[in-house]
Amino acid sequence: MNPANYLYLSAILFTLGALGVLIRRNAIVVFMCIELMLNAANLAFVTFARMRGALDGQIIAFFTMVVAAAEVVVGLAIIIMVFRTRRSASVDDANLLKY
Amino acid sequence: MGNTGHGETLLFWLGSIVSVLGALGLIFSKKIVHAALALCSVMLCLAFFYMAQGAVFLGVVQVVVYTGAVMMLFLFVLMLIGIESQDSLTETIRGQRFLAVPLVVAFGAVLIGVYAHANLPAFVGTDAVNAKGGGNVTALAQLLFSRYYWAFEVSSAVLITSAIGAMVLTHRERTTPRKSQREQSIERFERWGRGERIQVTGLPNPGVYAQHNAVDTPALLPDGSPAEVSVNATLRGRDTVRGFRPLPLPGQVNGQVNGKQSAKQSNEVSQ
Amino acid sequence: MPSSYAPLAATGTFALIAWVIAIPLAGAAILLLGGRRTNRFGHLLGCAASVGSFVLGAVLFFALLGKPGDQRSYDQHVYTWVPVPGFSADAGFHLDQLSIIFVLLITGVGSLIHIYSVGYMAHDEQRRKFFAYLNLFLAAMLVLVLADNYLLLYAGWEGVGLASYLLIGFWQHKPSAAVAAKKAFIVNRVGDVGLSLAVMLMYTTFGSFAFGPVFNGVSGAKTGTLTAIGLLLLLGACGKSAQFPLQSWLGDAMEGPTPVSALIHAATMVTAGVYLIVRSNAIFDAAPNARLVVTIVGAVTLMLGAIIGCAKDDIKKALAGSTMSQIGYMVLAAGLGPIGYVFAIMHLVTHGFFKAGLFLGAGSVMHGMNDDVNMRHYGALRKFMPWTYVTFGLGYLAIIGCPPFSGYWSKDKIIEAAFSQGGTSGWILGCTTLLGALITAFYMTRVMLMTFFGQKRWVADEQGHEPHPHESPWVMVVPMAVLAVGSVAAGALFSYHSAFVNWLEPVTGHSDGRLPFSDALLQVITLAVVALGVAYAWSLYGRQEVPAQAPAGAFATRAARRDLYGDAFNELVFMRTGQYLTRVLVYFDLKGVDGAVNGIAAGLGGSSGRLRRLQTGFVRSYALSMFGGATLLIAALLLVRG
Repeated sequence: MNPANYLYLSAILFTLGALGVLIRRNAIVVFMCIELMLNAANLAFVTFARMRGALDGQIIAFFTMVVAAAEVVVGLAIIIMVFRTRRSASVDDANLLKY
Repeated sequence: MGNTGHGETLLFWLGSIVSVLGALGLIFSKKIVHAALALCSVMLCLAFFYMAQGAVFLGVVQVVVYTGAVMMLFLFVLMLIGIESQDSLTETIRGQRFLAVPLVVAFGAVLIGVYAHANLPAFVGTDAVNAKGGGNVTALAQLLFSRYYWAFEVSSAVLITSAIGAMVLTHRERTTPRKSQREQSIERFERWGRGERIQVTGLPNPGVYAQHNAVDTPALLPDGSPAEVSVNATLRGRDTVRGFRPLPLPGQVNGQVNGKQSAKQSNEVSQ
Repeated sequence: MPSSYAPLAATGTFALIAWVIAIPLAGAAILLLGGRRTNRFGHLLGCAASVGSFVLGAVLFFALLGKPGDQRSYDQHVYTWVPVPGFSADAGFHLDQLSIIFVLLITGVGSLIHIYSVGYMAHDEQRRKFFAYLNLFLAAMLVLVLADNYLLLYAGWEGVGLASYLLIGFWQHKPSAAVAAKKAFIVNRVGDVGLSLAVMLMYTTFGSFAFGPVFNGVSGAKTGTLTAIGLLLLLGACGKSAQFPLQSWLGDAMEGPTPVSALIHAATMVTAGVYLIVRSNAIFDAAPNARLVVTIVGAVTLMLGAIIGCAKDDIKKALAGSTMSQIGYMVLAAGLGPIGYVFAIMHLVTHGFFKAGLFLGAGSVMHGMNDDVNMRHYGALRKFMPWTYVTFGLGYLAIIGCPPFSGYWSKDKIIEAAFSQGGTSGWILGCTTLLGALITAFYMTRVMLMTFFGQKRWVADEQGHEPHPHESPWVMVVPMAVLAVGSVAAGALFSYHSAFVNWLEPVTGHSDGRLPFSDALLQVITLAVVALGVAYAWSLYGRQEVPAQAPAGAFATRAARRDLYGDAFNELVFMRTGQYLTRVLVYFDLKGVDGAVNGIAAGLGGSSGRLRRLQTGFVRSYALSMFGGATLLIAALLLVRG
């Protein structure tokens, strides 16, 4: 099998995640799409680690997970807070900061 | 693990199909729970891929942390917001979808073009480094606590900060002391004394004298009519009160004593 | 030609030059800074300063008399005014035969008028300030005539302008006085610009402001430059001396107190233009074209002033027209060159006597007539104010040129000089001066008859006070008498053995012209012309009664009453044009400049308003643009890397 297949898959997953971020309105779905993008990047890191025969890529993937966890915690807290005040989880509803 | 065997090829294609379908499901499912489940499937597939590529530790972490903890957190928040909440897929921002789709396609094309263009080597495999370190976990740990020690420390600070941040963001300051039951009771009586028509005593329990003792079944008043005030307001609001609906008496089509009327009356009583 | 300009250093007695100026300056400073505390003795201090200055002037004059003719020019360097490398201006004074005449005229007539003012302004609450301004005027005028360079002369020139402004508008509670002061100031600005340009041109041409380098450098300068300097000097002279076309302010300047009209607007300040031309004789000698323009301006103003003087019923304005006309004589004479300079100055001095006397007489009449200035409300005053009548009459005889009064000596010489010019221009100028003499005789006789002869035409003033004409107090009568003596004797004194010509000749140079006909014939003609004017005036105003209301009059009379439409001309040509120009500029500013500026601003604002719409507030829009940017960046990197 072509080693690049993993990378192609990673690219496709990343692109789909980006599409989700751009077209979905629900904040939770948007967040999940971001998680998808992070995971796609992780797949690429792991694949590169295998390709180079070094563990650094795996370490980076590990750190990505740490950062993703932190981001999810803060992001979900923000979503809850916004939901409390606005009774909505739509990212389009929070559009006061504009022209 | 240097090169891919037939087993891995099979795994890859199966997994890749499942994960792409999962990603599409994440994007296009209306119900958010479905989206979350689709994301779980993608993550599990990726865990398989990690393991297949020699990253055993990462594969386990993927299952435990991501699929286990993070996705549970998502579902938990989902429940807070409303498990049944749906997301309309119709676009409201003019031109957003029209621009987004070609842009995403272009981005994917560029990314794939990069990989196709790159002069990628064959897999070296991580077996050698894993063996040298005495297993994948040990090798990773050695690397983590030596070369990436500083990043590791910083990531701990990030985690602590995020934990505190979450607490600060969701915290609500109490500005008045909590009222005791006694105070609440006194207040109710005072309002009643001023002539307000309110329920002074405690509300009746649901299910009393009724056919069922479930929470959505209103208690029956001595005249046999249901006391809807005994049912939780949330259930009443969703109109899911299971009920005793007395049949209208002959010649009394719009009977004075029917469920809705009495519910209205009892609502007035509760106000 | 005058001998070359080479003054001696002022030592000994001549070191007093600066004190002549310092005394009235100190007087003005004390009276202005001292405020109300000096009210009690302010008028006395003012008179003392003026008289003290006159005494010093007289001492200097006698000191000059004691020197031989070629040693009567002294320079006193006071201090370096502008000590800048590459540019130097000194404050220094120059005393010679010309300056000393002016010093004596200014301080002498000035002292008399100070004394007169003590009586005239006795009931004015602001008398102290009046004397302060008079002293300030004396100081500035003395700076003007004593300066040894054109920059200091210019400072004095502006100083007398300021004093004139302050004194015309002395009764600034009257709107007419305030407006007249403003008018005088603004019209004078036009002339002052001419003088300042002349001074600058001198500096670029000769490299100095001082009289010495300028006069001695004339021979090396181009005629065109000299003509330009001459014409600019003439413009300055026109402004200060109320010569055509800047004559319009003098009539209105009569809004000031009468002593001011006598001192500033008859005897001294308005003759500064003549001084300027005569002082710059070296330049005008070398610029015949400029001199021709000077004579034309003088001739035109001579006729203009005389015609205006014929029609005015306001006694002061009639005298103001006369002043313009007489200064026209002087300017004309100055324009004639070496044959006229001396007589211009001589007429200036005699005019200083008799015109100041006439104005003081007019002031005395007004004093007795409740400050009424309309001659149609006078009549038969000779019985009620005999002293005024006599002094005024002597001044009248002097101004019409009746021998042997002083006007006869000076005016006759000017007429003679005009005819001596020779050629067509000589005939034209000569006839103009003769015609001027005729009209002068007419309007002065008119003033005389309307004021002192005929029947009483007195009217009550606005408060209903009937006038009770009476002779003025002695402080007013004595100066009038002294001036009358000057009007009678000065001309003969000056002409005795050509004393005046010999005195001034080292400064201005002198050449006798040749008359195209005999001297005696000219004198007969002149006297006949004067007699004709007197007789015609008698037939109009003496034989028949003067109406108390002014008749409508012919077109010429109406035009003369309106100053020959000088104000209307100024309004039409300068004010309206200026207004239209301003409107065009405002329109251009609003539509053009502001339009461009506002257009750019509106364009930027509009495009910003549209660009602003990009900030939708939708986080997904921002994500889209970020994503697009990332795509472009990666694509660009890919392309660059190949």
